[in-house]
Amino acid sequence: MSLWKRTLKLGLLGGLIAVYIALTGMPLSLSRRAVIGEFTLGHLTYLIVFAAFGYLRAAQMRKEKQASAPAILAHAAVTGLLSGLLLALLVLLGQRVDLGFIFISAKPQLYRLLTFQQANLTTGLVYLVAAGTVLGLLFALPHFLPKTFHKAVLSAVAITLVLGVFSELVQRTILKYALGSFFAYQGLKPMGALWLFVITFALSWVYFALRPYIQVQDKRSQQVLGNQPSPETRLLFTLALLAFLLVMPIVILQKDTYLLSVINLVGLYIIMGLGLNIVVGFAGLLDLGYVAFFAIGAYTVALLTSRGELGRGWDFWAALPLAILFALTAGVLLGIPVLRMRGDYLAIVTLGFGEIIRILANSDWLKPWMGGALGVLEIPKPTLFGYTLKEEYQLYYLILAGILITWLVAHRLYHSRLGRAWQAMREDEDVAEGTGIHLVTTKLLAFGFGAAFSGLSGAIFATKVGSVYPYSFNLLISINVLCLIIVGGMGSLPGVVVGAFALVGLPELLREFSEYRMLFYGVALIAMMLLRPEGFIPKKPTIYPRLLVRGASPVRAEGSKSKQ
Amino acid sequence: MAPILEARKVTKRFGGLVAVNQIDFVLEEGAIASIIGPNGAGKTTFFNCITGYYVPEEGEILFQGVEIQGLRPDRITSMGIARTYQNIRLFGKMSALENVLVGMHPRLHEHWWDAVIRTPVYYREERRALQRAWELLDYMGLTEWANLPANSLPYGAQRRLEIARALASEPKLLLLDEPTAGMNPQETADMIEFIRQLRDDWNLTVLLIEHDMRVVMTISERITVLDFGQKIAEGKPEEIQRNPRVIEAYLGRGAAAGIPVG
Amino acid sequence: MDWKRRFEYWRRRYDLTDVVVWAFGLSILAVAVYGAVRSLQTTPYGWKQWLQFVLYGFSQGGVYALIALGYTLVYGILFMINFAHGEIFMFGAFGSLFVGLALQRIGFWDRYPVLSLIILFLVAMVVSSTVAVIVERVAYRPLRKAPRLVPLITAIGASFTLQYTARSFFGSGPRAYPETPILAGSVNILGIQIGKPYALTIVVSLLMMAGLYAYVQFTKTGKAMRAVAENKEVAALMGIDVDRVIVQTFILGASMAGVAAVLYSVIYIQVKFFMGFIPGIKAFTAAVLGGIGNIPGAMLGGYFLGIFESLGPALILEGLGVTAPNQLKDVIAFTMLVMVLIFRPTGILGEALAEERV
Repeated sequence: MSLWKRTLKLGLLGGLIAVYIALTGMPLSLSRRAVIGEFTLGHLTYLIVFAAFGYLRAAQMRKEKQASAPAILAHAAVTGLLSGLLLALLVLLGQRVDLGFIFISAKPQLYRLLTFQQANLTTGLVYLVAAGTVLGLLFALPHFLPKTFHKAVLSAVAITLVLGVFSELVQRTILKYALGSFFAYQGLKPMGALWLFVITFALSWVYFALRPYIQVQDKRSQQVLGNQPSPETRLLFTLALLAFLLVMPIVILQKDTYLLSVINLVGLYIIMGLGLNIVVGFAGLLDLGYVAFFAIGAYTVALLTSRGELGRGWDFWAALPLAILFALTAGVLLGIPVLRMRGDYLAIVTLGFGEIIRILANSDWLKPWMGGALGVLEIPKPTLFGYTLKEEYQLYYLILAGILITWLVAHRLYHSRLGRAWQAMREDEDVAEGTGIHLVTTKLLAFGFGAAFSGLSGAIFATKVGSVYPYSFNLLISINVLCLIIVGGMGSLPGVVVGAFALVGLPELLREFSEYRMLFYGVALIAMMLLRPEGFIPKKPTIYPRLLVRGASPVRAEGSKSKQ
Repeated sequence: MAPILEARKVTKRFGGLVAVNQIDFVLEEGAIASIIGPNGAGKTTFFNCITGYYVPEEGEILFQGVEIQGLRPDRITSMGIARTYQNIRLFGKMSALENVLVGMHPRLHEHWWDAVIRTPVYYREERRALQRAWELLDYMGLTEWANLPANSLPYGAQRRLEIARALASEPKLLLLDEPTAGMNPQETADMIEFIRQLRDDWNLTVLLIEHDMRVVMTISERITVLDFGQKIAEGKPEEIQRNPRVIEAYLGRGAAAGIPVG
Repeated sequence: MDWKRRFEYWRRRYDLTDVVVWAFGLSILAVAVYGAVRSLQTTPYGWKQWLQFVLYGFSQGGVYALIALGYTLVYGILFMINFAHGEIFMFGAFGSLFVGLALQRIGFWDRYPVLSLIILFLVAMVVSSTVAVIVERVAYRPLRKAPRLVPLITAIGASFTLQYTARSFFGSGPRAYPETPILAGSVNILGIQIGKPYALTIVVSLLMMAGLYAYVQFTKTGKAMRAVAENKEVAALMGIDVDRVIVQTFILGASMAGVAAVLYSVIYIQVKFFMGFIPGIKAFTAAVLGGIGNIPGAMLGGYFLGIFESLGPALILEGLGVTAPNQLKDVIAFTMLVMVLIFRPTGILGEALAEERV
């Protein structure tokens, strides 16, 4: 009986989530983006809930090994059915009561969308509930496949849907020559989707089947012995990656201005993320006013280089070091009073500081110098060896250089005395102080580096966009950067890159989604902390090679014998 | 010999409670001494005053003739006092080796710019640090756990790792807060032997807080007894054993300390 | 000889960062004092205007104080900043808005204005409490034993989730709050004209706080809360259901925020998804000002901040020749927070938390 009780609970939870999604208006505002044929992203937002909860229920029951296969399928189907039922109830309620009085999205269009545009309400509702049941059932099935097939099915579904949603990723890149025929003007053609699913399924199956043979099996021996790739392999890998990054905009992205402008924005966030990663990920200090340093960098470049009346007409390269320096100084100045305080105050004071910078930039008081709400315009593009970097693919290289430098600095700092002090401080501040770490200087250094990276990012931002407004520097950017670090994995450098692509790149490609972006970030922060606090690409532990003990040792070795 | 540590009339209050009251205390260089006392007698508070976590309201603490009361903990550690904690406080997610490397922090001469541009200083210091950290782990019998996260180590190994981290800062005075807590008799005996060895190998002075009377009586050359924040006795182990005030403090309140009377 | 030793000792004890901090703080203080002196010399304001600033500030401070109580109560028990508290306040405002509009539709609003207002307060308290309980259950409870940074991050996540949920549900523009005829016009306090909603805020906030203080001091629940704040393990051993007390604390704090939300809404007669953010930060500032974890401190800090913020632009910034000083109100509040953290990190009433460090 308790099995059905849990099914009921899970099904209703799924229903609540589906109702929540419907009321946020997501199905409606995303319904213009086709994914596969007539099937739109709007449908996907709530149908995916039915699928997910059916899958989850089956996963639970498989794990507990209490039920037979048909029973599991039945439970999964009922879970989906209950979720669908709850959503259907919302539609019914909406027909009777004017919910639009409270919820702006609760209007007839929404109900029509949820009932699949059926003229007859009852038919529509039956379709909706049926969709829940079928999806719940369908997504319970992979659990009965062998593990490699199971994984391959899921990743093939995911890849097909993602490519369907972000059809630009195929249509505007080199992939169009291979996969272009699967796609309609927007989204996949139904047959194309099927083919794409089959292809990605085959590829993923090969990948998952071969993976055990590629990877080192025994994790423990790997950790103890330090079984790492040889320096030659690493060098080769690095060179290949660099070559890829160099040719990517021209070969793969075909100099597409739209995609490259998105990638460049992602790049700026990567630089910021690498900086905030030092503060949050390495040193464990929560800085919510990070955008302030970005703003300082941007305004410095803007005011020094602008050809407008506020600017001084400097060269970008002369202004860049000053931008970094100013941001760093601001970081240290803010840090000194604040970093002596307890950790939680830091979050709120930095939040306040970020607001102060924006308010000051926006104020009438500083308008004669900083342009107030009108901002600073006519910021020139940088020139290099006589070339002006005005196209997006040219700016790409500037940003790439910025990323490489900040990456290198962050990486080297991490593997040093300072980096270890940061980690110790993050683990236990009091004991870190007791091992001889000067907390204030150590924190200040973290803050300073973070601020400097952010200043660099801001400086490039100013010249990329060509104008800066106080409006561009709101709190949301700080949260954005924080979120990408956490999703990527705190302290992990590759995590920053992946996080930036997932949380900045994809939403940027999905213009209709921008309204829900912050909602998504909020949920992501909570979900990550609850389910996967170490992030999707956790920081790998450093393995230190065994160094041979040479020369006169100050310790006598036999002391260790008695301790075993 | 000159005293390595001297406390004069040290007092620490929390609101109305006087946790440490006018304590005078002298520790000779090279000694192994203990502070004992019932729960809440102010032992750990006294430790915290020495290591800079608390600022005593009154009195002075001299380390090698220099006043250290009220200095920050990092300063005091750099001067040559290292400690362990009552409930083990390791940097849990860092590996055992990294814990020791952090312990060496005040003894490494490497700046952040050395790390960023990888100067010869960086390579020299990192190499020295690593070599020494491995030596220390060998010495403590922790080699097999070197690259594993500290919080995944077995209990005894965690205790030893804490001592290794303290030793990494090259202290002259080592403060151990209940080093044998939670250990079985065999482990405890090993630890006693080990602390003696430590003192001889490293020319240390050791001050410990201990609950286990057998440990205290075996190891200590001098014992100080605290009760309600006050020093009630001081002397050699056999003197303490016979001291009526000590017996009263322990047995009078029915504490199951198992003090072997007579 | 002796002073030389003293000097050596102080040099070991303090370093450059301490000196810089004090210099930084003192220079801001000097600028503020200079500005105040100049303002008073050249001021166009008479004592009546100044008093009016104080009264309006007092009213604003009442709202801050009510919200600040929520921060302080939760901090006192869980040692975490409930970042989502500003949003709990905002949801209270929306809840009362919809009920108010419904009452207006059926004509109840005009027939029983006082009763309607009381209903609004109750609805806001209930809605805020519900949101707070959900947040506690979903986002905080599972992470109570996690490292410090983790609940802080979820709290920020909760704050944004709530804020943008409200935006998606209720729209991004401001919504008009039903006007209350009985609160039109102004009353005369000590010869100063002050708008009725402001006067209401002063009265209600004082009453609520007196009530809350008595509740925490004298009721059984209040005593249990204080016991849990003191030591969770011991309280649990004494037979106190810690989870329940924590939920009660959230409800208590959220109810105060709900009351604040109605007061805030009748003053500004509009409600918006973003409205919780700035009052939230300000109220947190107030809680820190008074000494976080300390209930009378939060009240005092709230009033202090409200009055300071209301006086500040005219008193300090005008004297410094700043144009449009009212735009910089928030800057004053945050600067004050930094100053408090420099000179008295424990807040006005706070004593050093006897927190175990090692």
